[in-house]
Amino acid sequence: MIFLPHNRQSLSDAATLSRGRIMPNIYDILALSIMAAVFVLLAHAAIAMRGSIELLSTAPVTLDPANLPEYAMRTTLRMFAAIIASLIFTFAVATLAAKSRRAEMVIIPALDILQSVPVLGFLTFTVTFFLGLFPGSQLGAECASIFAIFTAQAWNMTFSFYQSLRTVPRDLDEVSRGFGLTAWQRFWRLEAPFAAPGLIWNTMMSMSGGWFFVVASEAITVGDTTVELPGLGSWLALAISKQDFVAVGWAVLAMAILILLYDQLLFRPIVAWADKFRAEQTASQQKPRSWVYDLLRRTRMLKLAGVPLAGGWDRLMLVGAGGPRKAQRPQESRPANRIADRLWLAFIVLLAAAGAAVTVAYIRRTLGWSDVAEVFGGGVATLVRVAVLVALASLIWVPIGVWIGLRPAVAQKVQPLAQFLAAFPANVLFPFVVIAIVITGANPNIWLSPLMILGTQWYILFNVIAGASAFPSDLKEAAAVFKLSSWSWWTKVMLPGIFPYYVTGALTATGGSWNASIVAEVASWGNTHLEAYGLGAYIAKATEAGDFPRVVLGIAVMSLFVTLFNRALWRPLYVFAERRLRLD
Amino acid sequence: MNEFVTATATIANAAPLVEVKGVSQSYDNGQFVVLDDVALTLRASEIVGLLGRSGSGKSTLLRSIAGLIRPTSGSITFEGKPVSGTPDGIAMVFQSFALFPWLTVLQNVELGLEARGIEPAERRKRALEAIDLIGLDGFESAYPKELSGGMRQRVGLARALVVHPKVLLMDEPFSALDVLTAETLRTDLLDLWSEGRMPIESILMVTHNIEEAVLMCDRVLIFSSNPGRVAAEIRIDLPQPRDRLDPAFRALVEDIYERMTARKPVAEPAHEVVEPGIDIVLPRVSTNLLSGLIETVAAEPYRGKADLPPLAASLQLEVDDLFPIAESLQMLHFAELAEGDIQLTEAGMRFAEDEIDDRKRLFAEQLVAHVPLAAHIRRMLDGRANHEAPARRFREELEEHMSEENAEYTLRAITSWARYAELFAYDEKTDMFTLENPS
Repeated sequence: MIFLPHNRQSLSDAATLSRGRIMPNIYDILALSIMAAVFVLLAHAAIAMRGSIELLSTAPVTLDPANLPEYAMRTTLRMFAAIIASLIFTFAVATLAAKSRRAEMVIIPALDILQSVPVLGFLTFTVTFFLGLFPGSQLGAECASIFAIFTAQAWNMTFSFYQSLRTVPRDLDEVSRGFGLTAWQRFWRLEAPFAAPGLIWNTMMSMSGGWFFVVASEAITVGDTTVELPGLGSWLALAISKQDFVAVGWAVLAMAILILLYDQLLFRPIVAWADKFRAEQTASQQKPRSWVYDLLRRTRMLKLAGVPLAGGWDRLMLVGAGGPRKAQRPQESRPANRIADRLWLAFIVLLAAAGAAVTVAYIRRTLGWSDVAEVFGGGVATLVRVAVLVALASLIWVPIGVWIGLRPAVAQKVQPLAQFLAAFPANVLFPFVVIAIVITGANPNIWLSPLMILGTQWYILFNVIAGASAFPSDLKEAAAVFKLSSWSWWTKVMLPGIFPYYVTGALTATGGSWNASIVAEVASWGNTHLEAYGLGAYIAKATEAGDFPRVVLGIAVMSLFVTLFNRALWRPLYVFAERRLRLD
Repeated sequence: MNEFVTATATIANAAPLVEVKGVSQSYDNGQFVVLDDVALTLRASEIVGLLGRSGSGKSTLLRSIAGLIRPTSGSITFEGKPVSGTPDGIAMVFQSFALFPWLTVLQNVELGLEARGIEPAERRKRALEAIDLIGLDGFESAYPKELSGGMRQRVGLARALVVHPKVLLMDEPFSALDVLTAETLRTDLLDLWSEGRMPIESILMVTHNIEEAVLMCDRVLIFSSNPGRVAAEIRIDLPQPRDRLDPAFRALVEDIYERMTARKPVAEPAHEVVEPGIDIVLPRVSTNLLSGLIETVAAEPYRGKADLPPLAASLQLEVDDLFPIAESLQMLHFAELAEGDIQLTEAGMRFAEDEIDDRKRLFAEQLVAHVPLAAHIRRMLDGRANHEAPARRFREELEEHMSEENAEYTLRAITSWARYAELFAYDEKTDMFTLENPS
């Protein structure tokens, strides 16, 4: 896996250590106990995952706080299974796209569309599919849930890795070829490390998004099939249907602790470790820090235990090395064969056309033009909601983000908090808003909308903070020297300066909001059901009714809206930001 | 490791290590020729330099020998066998150092050995030897970003030497370093070479620096550009260590400058050109550099005529920096280049004395008179009622005669000159050339 440390420094450290005391030090004991606990819990949950499907009905989810740690554990495990699947997918598919031009012609546009498909829409089909695949076992339902999370995580990671593979620095590529590195060595010595910073950042973003979907995908109703997997999502669904206010509070607390642990124990250490892969040739001023990473580095026994691992890794690097060299590649490493390309392209177009025809035929069997009109109407309603909410969130968070970003001391404290909030699944908080609407009798068409952006607005905030922090101080000083009015300071100095960051944040927030609309436009509290008019509500209702043609139509139209929105608005803004507003 | 006692006397009879015959390299089905029918022989115990301006294909030739690029035609043999793939006996040092930022110095040096499947213990031993040889002791566990440029290039050298190559290829190895560091590295390398402590038999290096070539090489091949050809071969028999102030040394430097400023016979255009003269790739030289050089040559002690080697030395410019400026002046008829000298024309002298507005007017006149592309664009703009024309139109016209990249480059160069001369303006948002200057 990408996280395998190939830090040979540890070898020489181990050599010096072996001359000294062998006794474990205090850091060893700390690290060992943490690791042992993680392994025990993992094993327990993994066994439970393979349990019989009957267990779900004989031992249903209960609102007993004693069960909460177990549920949190199961939820986390699904999350990690999905992220591992996403990484494997990333390595395989991105590598294929980068090395084969024909594969690239299919994979890249496909990924672009898949990114826009509402993830929760997949559930309808995958639950049915996976339950059929593992009859009588919970594994089917588990797979469906994991697959839903996977579809929320994989695409941007794959894109990032593919882009890194295509932009490997030319001189490093020449060194690798000059020395005749095997493809295996080239991958681990050149490509994977070069891609690591981008991939790790994207994995973090994916994980943050994933919590939302793990909660949404555990308690699933598709037509007559209802599955409630033990986990925080099911706990929450049960609490909502029983109108148990305290239980919702417990879920919020458990989620907060879970995300805090995952952040401290896993991601900060990885980010601190991955700092060395950044390709800049200058020593950076601010190194990311992590107490867990420092702890691991101070251990003695663990390091000794790592020596054989490192040795094995070294040996693995030599597989196939030293053999005869491959013949050299010509200058254009991916030669173009025009006719074969055309044929291949024609084949893909035909395949896509056939797929579209089948889909249209399927939908037309039960649905007519009036349904299409209805879906488009809902799409426009949701589009208006998303646009208004992103605009409102920008109005609020851009000034605050700039204020924070310009004050390093504040930014240092707020930035982790904003990232934490982005990871926190907002659907856990939905019940509070729903209760408020029920009590006040407010219009759900308006007041359910903020739920869509509840979890995604933080992307705008932390990207703007990052942009303002990175704003060059000489430009700030120049603005101060010329005593710019506050209007020109915003329009000529700060807004252009943070614009590329803002676009990234707003794009992520928009995508997330579309996805959230499926859970946000329909909400319930006990027997009270609230519904807003929109495409999200349409898909949610169709899913619950097991009405596949309507689900397909809804998803297709939503994908269309998202793709068009991206092409018409975000991509031009991105290009503009890249061309005109880059500060390096 | 010390069996390579210097054997300069036997160079001529030694069997060739690398033999390049009739090598050409072109792109887009022969439309853009980078290398044209190049021959080269590299024997044991010699350092050979490839000298020329950018675009003369020296780096392409070096990469062909390393097996990184396959030439369009011609043959390259290493130890009598045709080069296919990257040969084991050849290693390369890069201008950009090309170190892996995530590997320590030791890991970087071990990389080539790892590729050959050598066991970790043996690898470490050999890497430490190379690190020791090249003067990097104590830096083994450092990451490249912690090192200075000079130290980084030492890592690059150690990494190349550790695989015990017979031929060391160096692509402008010192040009990214400051003057003092570069000199230290050159001297260290020459010391190791003359003491026979490096496990290599021969060095082939690309350079832009004429003095560096004369200081280090036994033979220098001078390349002409567009397309790259070997224009001359100069043998340098001065004993090592060489003294830059030695009259014989100076004479050689002067000789090379003369050869490099020699007027090329005007090449016949390869295909029919609709607008004569617009098929020239223009150098992108700032007008500040142009006026700077004019002022320097016009002032004391040169008074309108300067010998290029001392001029280059006093300005701390290498061939690749100085020649484009001098050639641009020649193209604009502000100066003449001949026999290693630069002499200002009457227009050049006038430019040096003028105030800013007169300078701009004079520059515009020279631009229209002597750069066909500038005249062409201006004529087009004058002819149109709204005095506007899309830049795309000219880009496409240029692409008929040069690569896409060069067309873009040339258009940018002409835009910057025309803006200075206020000959026409360019609006980046709309990608249009216009006659209107923003008011």
